[in-house]
Amino acid sequence: MSNVATFDTRTEAKIPVESPLAYSYRRSGAPAPTGKSRVVLRERPFLGHLILRGGAIVLDEAVREVLGVSLPGEPQGLVQDADGERSIQWLSPDEWLVIVPGGEEFELENRLRAALGDAHFAISNASGGQTLVELEGEAARELLMKSVIYDVHPSHFPVGKGVTTVFAKTTVILRRPAEDRWELVVRRSFADYTYRWLLDAGEEYGIGVER
Amino acid sequence: MFYIHCPYCGELREEEEFHPKGQAHIARPADPAACSDEEWGDYLFFRDNPRGIHHELWVHAVGCRKFFNITRHTVTYEILETYKMGEQPRFTAEHPEGRPSQDGVEQASLREGVRA
Amino acid sequence: MSQLNRLARGGRIDRSRKLSFTFNGKRYQGHAGDTLASALLANGIDIVNRSFKYSRPRGIVAAGAEEPNAVVQLGKTEAGQVPNVRATQQALFDGLEARSTNGWPNVQRDLMSVIGKLGGQFMPPGFYYKTFMAPASLWMTYEKYIRKSAGLGRSPMENDPDIYDHLHQHCDVLVVGAGPAGLAAALTAARSGARVLLCDEQEEMGGSLLDTRELLDDKPADQWVAEVLQELDDLDNVTLLPRTTANGYHDHHFVTLHERRTEHLADTAPLKGGRRQVRSRMHRVRAGRVVLATGAHERPLVYGNNDVPGNLLAGAVSTYVRRYGVVPGRKLVLSTSNDHAYRAALDWLESGREVVAIADARANPDGELVEQARALGIRIIAGAAVIEAKGESRVSGARVAKVDLDGFRVAGAAETLDCDTIASSGGYSPVIHLASHTGGRPTWRDDILGFVPTLVKGVSAAGGAQGVYATGEVLADGGDAGVRAAQEAGFEAAGVTLPQVEARRDGAACALYQVPHEKPTLRGPKQFVDLQNDVTAAGIEVATREGFESIEHVKRYTAMGFGTDQGKLGNINGMAIAARLLGRSIPEVGTTVFRPNYTPVTFGAIVGRHCRELFDSERYTAMHQWHVEHGAEFEDVGQWKRPWYFPRKVNGKTETMHESVARECRAVREAVGILDASTLGKIDIQGPDAREFLGRVYTNKWAKLAPGRVRYGLMCKDDGMVFDDGTTSCLGENHFLMTTTTGGAAGVLEWLELWHQTEWPELDVYFTSVTDHWATMTVTGPEARKLMSEITDIDLDKEAFKFMDWREGSVAGVPARVFRISFTGELAYEINVQANYALHVWETLFAHGDKYGLTPYGTETMHVLRAEKGFIIAGQDTDGSVTPEDLGMHWAVGYDKPFSWIGQRALTRPDTARTDRKQLVGLKPRDAKVVLEEGAQIVFDPKHAIPMPMVGHVTSSYYSPTLDSGFALAVVKGGQQKMGETVYLPMADGQVHEAEIVSPIFLDPKGERQNV
Repeated sequence: MSNVATFDTRTEAKIPVESPLAYSYRRSGAPAPTGKSRVVLRERPFLGHLILRGGAIVLDEAVREVLGVSLPGEPQGLVQDADGERSIQWLSPDEWLVIVPGGEEFELENRLRAALGDAHFAISNASGGQTLVELEGEAARELLMKSVIYDVHPSHFPVGKGVTTVFAKTTVILRRPAEDRWELVVRRSFADYTYRWLLDAGEEYGIGVER
Repeated sequence: MFYIHCPYCGELREEEEFHPKGQAHIARPADPAACSDEEWGDYLFFRDNPRGIHHELWVHAVGCRKFFNITRHTVTYEILETYKMGEQPRFTAEHPEGRPSQDGVEQASLREGVRA
Repeated sequence: MSQLNRLARGGRIDRSRKLSFTFNGKRYQGHAGDTLASALLANGIDIVNRSFKYSRPRGIVAAGAEEPNAVVQLGKTEAGQVPNVRATQQALFDGLEARSTNGWPNVQRDLMSVIGKLGGQFMPPGFYYKTFMAPASLWMTYEKYIRKSAGLGRSPMENDPDIYDHLHQHCDVLVVGAGPAGLAAALTAARSGARVLLCDEQEEMGGSLLDTRELLDDKPADQWVAEVLQELDDLDNVTLLPRTTANGYHDHHFVTLHERRTEHLADTAPLKGGRRQVRSRMHRVRAGRVVLATGAHERPLVYGNNDVPGNLLAGAVSTYVRRYGVVPGRKLVLSTSNDHAYRAALDWLESGREVVAIADARANPDGELVEQARALGIRIIAGAAVIEAKGESRVSGARVAKVDLDGFRVAGAAETLDCDTIASSGGYSPVIHLASHTGGRPTWRDDILGFVPTLVKGVSAAGGAQGVYATGEVLADGGDAGVRAAQEAGFEAAGVTLPQVEARRDGAACALYQVPHEKPTLRGPKQFVDLQNDVTAAGIEVATREGFESIEHVKRYTAMGFGTDQGKLGNINGMAIAARLLGRSIPEVGTTVFRPNYTPVTFGAIVGRHCRELFDSERYTAMHQWHVEHGAEFEDVGQWKRPWYFPRKVNGKTETMHESVARECRAVREAVGILDASTLGKIDIQGPDAREFLGRVYTNKWAKLAPGRVRYGLMCKDDGMVFDDGTTSCLGENHFLMTTTTGGAAGVLEWLELWHQTEWPELDVYFTSVTDHWATMTVTGPEARKLMSEITDIDLDKEAFKFMDWREGSVAGVPARVFRISFTGELAYEINVQANYALHVWETLFAHGDKYGLTPYGTETMHVLRAEKGFIIAGQDTDGSVTPEDLGMHWAVGYDKPFSWIGQRALTRPDTARTDRKQLVGLKPRDAKVVLEEGAQIVFDPKHAIPMPMVGHVTSSYYSPTLDSGFALAVVKGGQQKMGETVYLPMADGQVHEAEIVSPIFLDPKGERQNV
């Protein structure tokens, strides 16, 4: 759509950056994973996060052309590209979350805008506002049961699903990209609370943090 | 703690994800200036409080952020149905067992996606 | 210490494992597998408590959750104190320490029993209220002693060292209770593949099968229990939760389970694998279908002195003998209205002790168990009942007499039998508490003499919970319930082969609740209905005589079924008595409502992990660590932690808030300050109709705002009342960035969506929150431009970058959007950068800012500075009853906009058009040193008689270092027309402050400073 001000909020210059969990590591530490850790936490900071708004039919073609994957049209759908580096997730009937390697998001936005032309849609950059936290390990599911109200049983939460739900006293986007791996998309301002919660709730599983 | 079927997410979700927004089907008068003070007051302040079937507007706040309607029994708290904006309830005080579904005529005449 | 009541063999205890424990300071021994109650009985402890009101000695009555007396205080250490634990539900562990909760100075010699002994007539229902009501001023004194003597356990005075948590469970079928019905239900449902959750409140699953005399498939019942549990445990789709009580049944099959994970191990949770473990856990279960297999509670009979230690439930006697190898006395008299209770006499006899007699209220008892008892030579007195127990601290005899049930009278001379134990049974009450939580009023069934639950959709009851008692039928009923639940949950379920139980011929039970006595109820010995709350049959009689006819009123007047007891033993008896007195039937009288929780839940489990540092979620900005390191004090704004002020250390002394704020204010007015404004809500608005939409939700005009420009906007609800404000910038023709107040961010976004989704879906526009994406820092003060010029490539020339413009460029090497908007009234730049870069930009500003006196300031200074300018804070100066006109903000209202924007119509309603509405004004205290209290009420005439007409209140009030005076914003009736007039603020301490009504703009009314 024309008449929208796009803006690359990232710079190539060597500027110190801080992930949403940077403060948390300093404040609460990051216990290293051991052989006994039944769950491991890993932040994947500085990825490109775009919020895509529009009708599914309109967006699908552009997404396929630009991102090479089809838009998940069904509720709670999560689609990844072949190497799992890029993903697109259904958030609402007219809203999707795209996550790509950091630095790709502005170019992606421009290409999508070009492909979508005059259609009615919106793209907002949320890269600075959220971070991706991975949980992996046999106790990951039980740790999630302590934290989220959504049913995370494999029969109800298969690989390729993602939901927005309540996490303790905040909210997260919870996704399951692989059999043994869960992803939490956490808002920046709540990241420290979420991290402290996970360390505390994960203590009995010997939670470790990979950095 | 209700268990609410979000018609947009297509599944049951916990009440904590939702916010109630009052009585459903309270449409804003098309021409507020043409309303008498009393009519405008009715629109603003007066709501039903039935014992039995009630239609409510809710939003899936921690979820898809969509507004939709619930038909709920205020005594049993049973949720009889949830339906999207622009749709009409099947269960009403007049039809507590559900209206026959061929009532589609009325639906079609409504503007897509409004709360009326 | 010897366990004089312990049998040499039998029971499910492990005699090779001895456990020692203390009760009221004395040491005793029990065995692994004991409950505290069975261990106390084994040791011959008769008195476990003093009663709540009359301070009578009390002993153990039951063996499960229905125990009313043995409510104890646990805990070795102060921090480990747990009140109100039923000894019948507490597993024994080595080193357990327990005390009675009632009884002062101690249970053996109790002060209040003197009052209690003065006689029942002195303590009728409502005794405390009636007695200690005058003079009212002394109630506080009385209360202290009454509470101390009554006691009800006490909470620990030190922090609990344990951890607790919640687990969110989802299942297809939840089965509550793992007795025969529950096990059969779980087994059938589990085999269908459904996700099954089975919980049971006891230490061991199995329920009545753990102490039944019956055989399943000719084998001891516990063998089948073990086989089923093994199968269930091996299935992936089954979760077994022993020691877990279903305490509350909430809407739509949301059930809260309280699992005690370490309470059976030690005082505080022991480490496991070197790590802390959770002491108790709340399972928040969302079930598809629920099977209530909660069994039934036996009803005691209500006879004289039925509370003396040594009076037990018949079923409890069997449980203690068969499950715990404890026989709680030497000589037994059984008083019963049914066959089933005969088990107690048979079990007692088999353990080698004497059964003195069975008083059976039925004229011709003839069931199989009766025959068995007769064959064993037990004396059976038909048509009779125990009418009174003898003894004070322990039963010493039973007075048995023929009773005329229809005439409610004693029909013959009483015989006193020598005994130390009286077991009684008045039949069985299905445990309907959970079903009752869902709102269903139970139904009385004459055939079983009990209430059965009324069930909502999706829940079924099985076995004793719906009045099915014969073991074989219970198993079948449970199996059916399991099949049905699984099928309804969408699974293909079939019945399974359940063990055969030989059917037993039982005679019909008779209805017996209160047993008649020779004397009228009000003058005879006390006949207790609710042992925990000391409610007697006489008390109920007094209540009905005084006109309390509704059972709900009787309950409240007498306290029957109150508190942790929730009427488990007494309710039906109480209703039956009320019904008889009122000449109605039990169903006519009806039952009271049971409420969650079924048994007490420790606060730890309720709170879970939501305590201490995790009590609430906290939101931090990207500069949070800098604020912490620079000594900021924080203020909570919504969930955000915002710097409140930055106290400095001057000559080793830390500034007060007043000193800090004065310094920070001067820095902004005279040099340059910086505020972390990242918490403001930011909403990205895109679409061809974005501008039209803004025009509808804001009071002012948006049609002509050009890209590069910013405008302040006011938002109303359709009642015309202001609810939020902020600036919105035009980023592109179809692209806007809206800011909201910090606390209003989520609400405003939802508000926009509400209107878009439910009223104007035809408008092409999308709203997306970008609050967290951007970090925002406000650089403001006369030196702001100089400082900014050092680190940005944006042209800061006052003509090129005007007030209310925004520009894009680089700040400290980072791509930024800079907005020239001002909430301080000074020259100001609001820098927005992607949050991951924020700390760098913030620190760069300080690296360059020293020479300009760059000073960080917090929310308090922000408040002072904006108030000096008369800028409102929505939610502080407004409260949902203030219109834009009340605020004097006509300039922000587009009366002639084509679309009737939200709030417009309401502004011409008679009430909103009144001229004497409370309007925003400034207040200048006559005494410049006075800082008025926020919230203080305002009057025009301080000499007016009380109550004075109150005409408004102070909304914001501060000391202004710039004005060197206190000043305030306030709302005053008709205030805008009262400039220069004096108002008065009478304070609670008698002082009356005087203030002059002035313009709310105290500084730079023309706005020249922000325009430089």
